[in-house]
Amino acid sequence: MTEPSIRLRGLTKHFGSVRAVDGVDLDIADGEFFAMLGPSGSGKTTVLRMIAGFEAPTNGSIELGGVDVTGKAAYDRDVNTVFQDYALFPHMSVQDNVEYGLRVKKVDRDERRRRAAEALASVHLDKYADRRPSQLSGGQRQRVALARALVNRPKVLLLDEPLGALDLKLRRSMQIELKQLQREVGITFVFVTHDQEEALTLADRIAVFNEGKIEQVASPAELYETPANPFVAGFVGTSNLLTGPSAVRLVGREGAFSIRPEKIHLDPAESESLQRATGVVREVIYLGASNHYVVDLDAPEPVSLTVERQNLHGASDQSLRQRGDQVSIGWLPEHVIALTEKEN
Amino acid sequence: MASAPGYQRRLLSLLAPPMLWLGVAYLGALAALFITSFWTVNAYGTGEVVQVWNLDNYRQLFRIDVYRTITVRTLLTAVGVTVIDAMLALPIALFMAKMASPRLRKMLVVAVLTPLWASYLVKAYAWRGLLSDSGPIAWLMRPFGLDTPGYGLTATVITLAYLWLPYMILPMYAGLERLPDSLLDASADLGARPWLTLRRVVIPVLWPAAVAGSIFTFSLSLGDYIAVKIVGGANQMLGNVVYDNSGTAGNLPFAAAVATIPVVIMVVYLALVRRTGALENL
Repeated sequence: MTEPSIRLRGLTKHFGSVRAVDGVDLDIADGEFFAMLGPSGSGKTTVLRMIAGFEAPTNGSIELGGVDVTGKAAYDRDVNTVFQDYALFPHMSVQDNVEYGLRVKKVDRDERRRRAAEALASVHLDKYADRRPSQLSGGQRQRVALARALVNRPKVLLLDEPLGALDLKLRRSMQIELKQLQREVGITFVFVTHDQEEALTLADRIAVFNEGKIEQVASPAELYETPANPFVAGFVGTSNLLTGPSAVRLVGREGAFSIRPEKIHLDPAESESLQRATGVVREVIYLGASNHYVVDLDAPEPVSLTVERQNLHGASDQSLRQRGDQVSIGWLPEHVIALTEKEN
Repeated sequence: MASAPGYQRRLLSLLAPPMLWLGVAYLGALAALFITSFWTVNAYGTGEVVQVWNLDNYRQLFRIDVYRTITVRTLLTAVGVTVIDAMLALPIALFMAKMASPRLRKMLVVAVLTPLWASYLVKAYAWRGLLSDSGPIAWLMRPFGLDTPGYGLTATVITLAYLWLPYMILPMYAGLERLPDSLLDASADLGARPWLTLRRVVIPVLWPAAVAGSIFTFSLSLGDYIAVKIVGGANQMLGNVVYDNSGTAGNLPFAAAVATIPVVIMVVYLALVRRTGALENL
């Protein structure tokens, strides 16, 4: 089986005069945990909805497991979706919600019961089978939605901003659970998110969307360490963008470059072989685990770099710098990422 | 706000007129109706009400077959009108809420509401014209070997169904607007074809709204006596019995007793639908 789980070719969707999705080519491998990341309006959700069959593409094709499904309706596709608002049926119990897909496929009662119980157990909700969705918390509804989709044993599970409505702590624990779940069931998970941290945490590979196009497809580490262009560098993680004269001054070459804040050393020791600069601290942002310093450099044109420093010694640390302090900074040349600017 | 001085007094003065109206004019009239139904008229045919408590009116209602026939006929007419309206309103409301463009949707809402501004009498007489022997319905049907139903019970049901249709469409439309599209997507995603989604998801979720609409179509049909006079031929409804007895026959207590029947039916109906949560959808 070398056929990819999902293959998109030239996928395009127009809403009136708006090109929501503009020629997307993408292969997603079997068993992959894949993220579609991008700002709102970048077309990622529309791509997901086209894979599910809720929207018909204006152009292009969709293959699932090597079979062209472009013209097929949602109910004829072997994929299941976890919706952003969970879309649980309010008039049914949790049990009936989970059984819905099996009932539609005329699976007999006993097997339906058994598989639904299994699915609910796998998301730790076996005790809630008789409740109505309105009696559950957001996190529990999320799990019911997962169970309702997975009980059908689809080849692909699509998740639309699956953790978007949950609070931060719950998100974190659900992220871990999702990842375990995906490993256990071993099917392809494709999820849409605007949260770059979530994409980096969960996904094997990430496609970054912008204005209906894919900017880059890569593993989380690749995406973070070697972003293909300024958009990706700016959207994934924090990044110091250097262009024009300041690039020439700080990097020594013309072009567009990016340096991650944590790769810049504040007050480095003399002995280290770094590229160096000096500047004035304009802003100190206390983040708990680390501090961000915004440092204004006396470059040919005003440029400020964000520098991240771990809080290794606590808030009373003498080495904490204040606003207005004169500082020196330095970085290893190999941590400067060359970016290809988009031709417009 | 609630603790501000004089708040209670101001609230009372604001609510007093409508409460007075509701209590005296509205419920009072209903109470007067109920009390009158236990009185009688004098034996000389002058229609003068005699205030003697008795159950003669109700005894007469139950004993004489024709009143039972009329009650059943009225009830079945109201049920028929409600069922027809529900079946017509569902696809219309579904199209308005889920398929039409926002522009078309606004136009359709206006189109549904507009007939409510036209006079009831004009609309009923319009149907008399449509259903007449030489009317457009006869003209349309005859090439197919069919004919106009003519004036009678069928015509009454058709006319009433037309008259009360907006009262069924509007709550259904409102109910469908509250139904998230994602539920329809989810049903399709889980393998259900559109008909199954309609049966398993749309209709159950819409049920309270449909029952809310049925309260209007059912009660309005129960009390009607004009449409049946215009298109109903010789048929009589409870409303006609009330009308004749309070007018020409001059037996107001008996008319009151007859008028109590639809009120009782409605109270029973409302008690039944209260369980569905429909009353929160009005």
